[in-house]
Amino acid sequence: MATSKITLAKGLNMGLRKAMENDPKVLVMGEDVGKLGGVFRITDGLQKDFGEDRVIDSPLAESGIVGTAVGMALRGYRPVVEIQFDGFVYPAYDQIVCQVAKLTFRSQGKLKMPMVIRIPFGGGIGAVEHHSESPEAQFAHTPGLKVVACSNPVDGYWMIQQAIAHDDPVIFLEPKRQYHADKAELDESATPEPLFQSRVVRTGTDVTVLAYGPTVKTALKAAEAAAGEGKSLEVIDLRTLSPLDMAPVFESVRRTGRVVVTHEAHVNLGMGAELSARITEQCFYSLEAPVLRVGAFDTPYPASRIEEEYLPDLDRVLDAVDRTLEF
Amino acid sequence: MSQSADFGPDLVEVFGPSQQDGGPELIQLLTPEGERVGHPDFSFDPGEGQDEAEVIRGFYRDMALTRRIDTEATALQRHGELGIWAQLLGQEAAQIGAGRALRPQDFVFPTYREHGVAWCRGVDPLSLLGLFRGVDQGSWNPADNNFGLYTIVIGAQALHATGYAMGVQRDGAVGTGDPDRDTAVIAHFGDGASSQGDVNESFIFAASYNAPVVFFCQNNQWAISEPIERQTRIPLYQRALGFGFPGLRVDGNDVLATYAVTKAALQRARDGQGPTFVEAYTYRMGAHTTTDDPTRYRLSDDVENWKLKDPIARVEVYLKRNGLADDDFFASVQAEADDLGVHLREGCKALPDPKPLSIFDHVFTEITPELEEQRDGYAAYLASFEGAH
Repeated sequence: MATSKITLAKGLNMGLRKAMENDPKVLVMGEDVGKLGGVFRITDGLQKDFGEDRVIDSPLAESGIVGTAVGMALRGYRPVVEIQFDGFVYPAYDQIVCQVAKLTFRSQGKLKMPMVIRIPFGGGIGAVEHHSESPEAQFAHTPGLKVVACSNPVDGYWMIQQAIAHDDPVIFLEPKRQYHADKAELDESATPEPLFQSRVVRTGTDVTVLAYGPTVKTALKAAEAAAGEGKSLEVIDLRTLSPLDMAPVFESVRRTGRVVVTHEAHVNLGMGAELSARITEQCFYSLEAPVLRVGAFDTPYPASRIEEEYLPDLDRVLDAVDRTLEF
Repeated sequence: MSQSADFGPDLVEVFGPSQQDGGPELIQLLTPEGERVGHPDFSFDPGEGQDEAEVIRGFYRDMALTRRIDTEATALQRHGELGIWAQLLGQEAAQIGAGRALRPQDFVFPTYREHGVAWCRGVDPLSLLGLFRGVDQGSWNPADNNFGLYTIVIGAQALHATGYAMGVQRDGAVGTGDPDRDTAVIAHFGDGASSQGDVNESFIFAASYNAPVVFFCQNNQWAISEPIERQTRIPLYQRALGFGFPGLRVDGNDVLATYAVTKAALQRARDGQGPTFVEAYTYRMGAHTTTDDPTRYRLSDDVENWKLKDPIARVEVYLKRNGLADDDFFASVQAEADDLGVHLREGCKALPDPKPLSIFDHVFTEITPELEEQRDGYAAYLASFEGAH
């Protein structure tokens, strides 16, 4: 059994490499993805091995990157686009929302748009403005797009390959602060679970904590701390934000009766709002307390010296856990 | 002493005083009066083994039938059969010249006004009506005729064309010398779109990668109510050089010149020499769409002046004066147009409304469990009214 200890950055890099080896139609495109290997080195070494025709350094124009990727997909390629930072996706927003998301629908299924748009997202890296945002709800709100978020190195390796092999456009969110943070054991011979499935990453009985991307780690830490106080938290890594995989969530909520949702994005009209609504619709009689949300405040992302005030952390998750238990 | 702020070129001196007549750079091979004229760089070549008069009669037929499509669709809108129609009156030569210059393997990325190009590609004009009637959003299969779906967001398709051309490069379908393999891509857009970021980005990408794409801009002088002067201080074709590829201004009401110039630009792309910008200088004789009222913003004198440059009339004059088409020919085109009119009128009314539950089809390549649930819920809701009156 071939196993190795890898970071998220390495897992994504290995997954991209594997996808390119498996399918000559897979192309990687973005700013600085070639010689530099991307500003986070996710595409490190790919241009050297697959050439400039398949690992394409693009001009600095995000709409141009996504728009030309649409054209390449129409020609039969499977472009994997890197948006350098979350806050730079907006110039491409029109192409993503009006074209990428709608071409299959517009053509009544005659056209496919097998494109992956990778976006390093979230904060906590001490960056300047526009480098720490969490725009996932804007894409999850757009019919025609699928939206997933990986949270750990092993998922990074598998999910990127599954997203590339998928025939619908996928917004692929990568928690950038996790890129080089933790290592995990990867077994390349394992069979991954399907892409659009949530996963219970820690079982518990008192409160269900829903998280994805960077907050999965926060939630797991919170569960560890809560266990010390005799509170049993169940943590679900949602993994897929559109479509949502609610079955494991409903199953969990019917047992615990209490839910805390946590994400780095603003609370107002964020993923937590949708999750809360669906849980209320389906688990109303099981709920012992209102669904609580722990996310960023409804302000623009602040200067990095106070970003830890802004981002949900272990203590704020635990505070919400206490509030739901006291309800 | 303060420095004078008077610097930079005099735009009028550099680019000429007026764009009204297309200026000295206008490439023309057939005058509005129907006279053939020469040009140092471009000539009309009907193609190997082709009879020149027959090809020109074919252009006449294409333009006359395209105008009929436009007239019929406008009438259908007035009768309430279409919600809206984007008229092309006056732009027939630009579209037929460009459309007939294509080879089968080339790919077209149209706006929503490319009815003449669609005609050249063999798309049934009836299928163009669905979008404007509201029964679909473009029902033809782009793969059948290498003609993309109409794109409504202004200029967005210029990037798709450029990316498609980058795919062509990666397929090795450029510069091989094989006329059936080498492929060009054409992006259609208008003068208004030239202000869009996407169009400008597509120029940058196409130049950077030397992509086999032709940017075909129909400058019809109007972006709804805004005149060309609101989009540009210089002739549009001059912009291309700033992006690093040639730009040409052709008389877009001259089908022979438009054909010759587009054919050359497409061949240049297929040969691997990169993008070309073609500005087809024309005029939107009709309204922007059937919802528009041009009398609010332009003078009827302008329209009357452009009527003298009508793209179809000049070919008719040329064919008649030179004895290249007889009355029977014109009568047969007229009869064909009448048949086409019947096809469109009857076909349009027979286009079926989509079924309510079809809303859920094709959002994705396979329906998601979420959407399935919504669809089933709505189906049950609809079923609950059955039998109730």
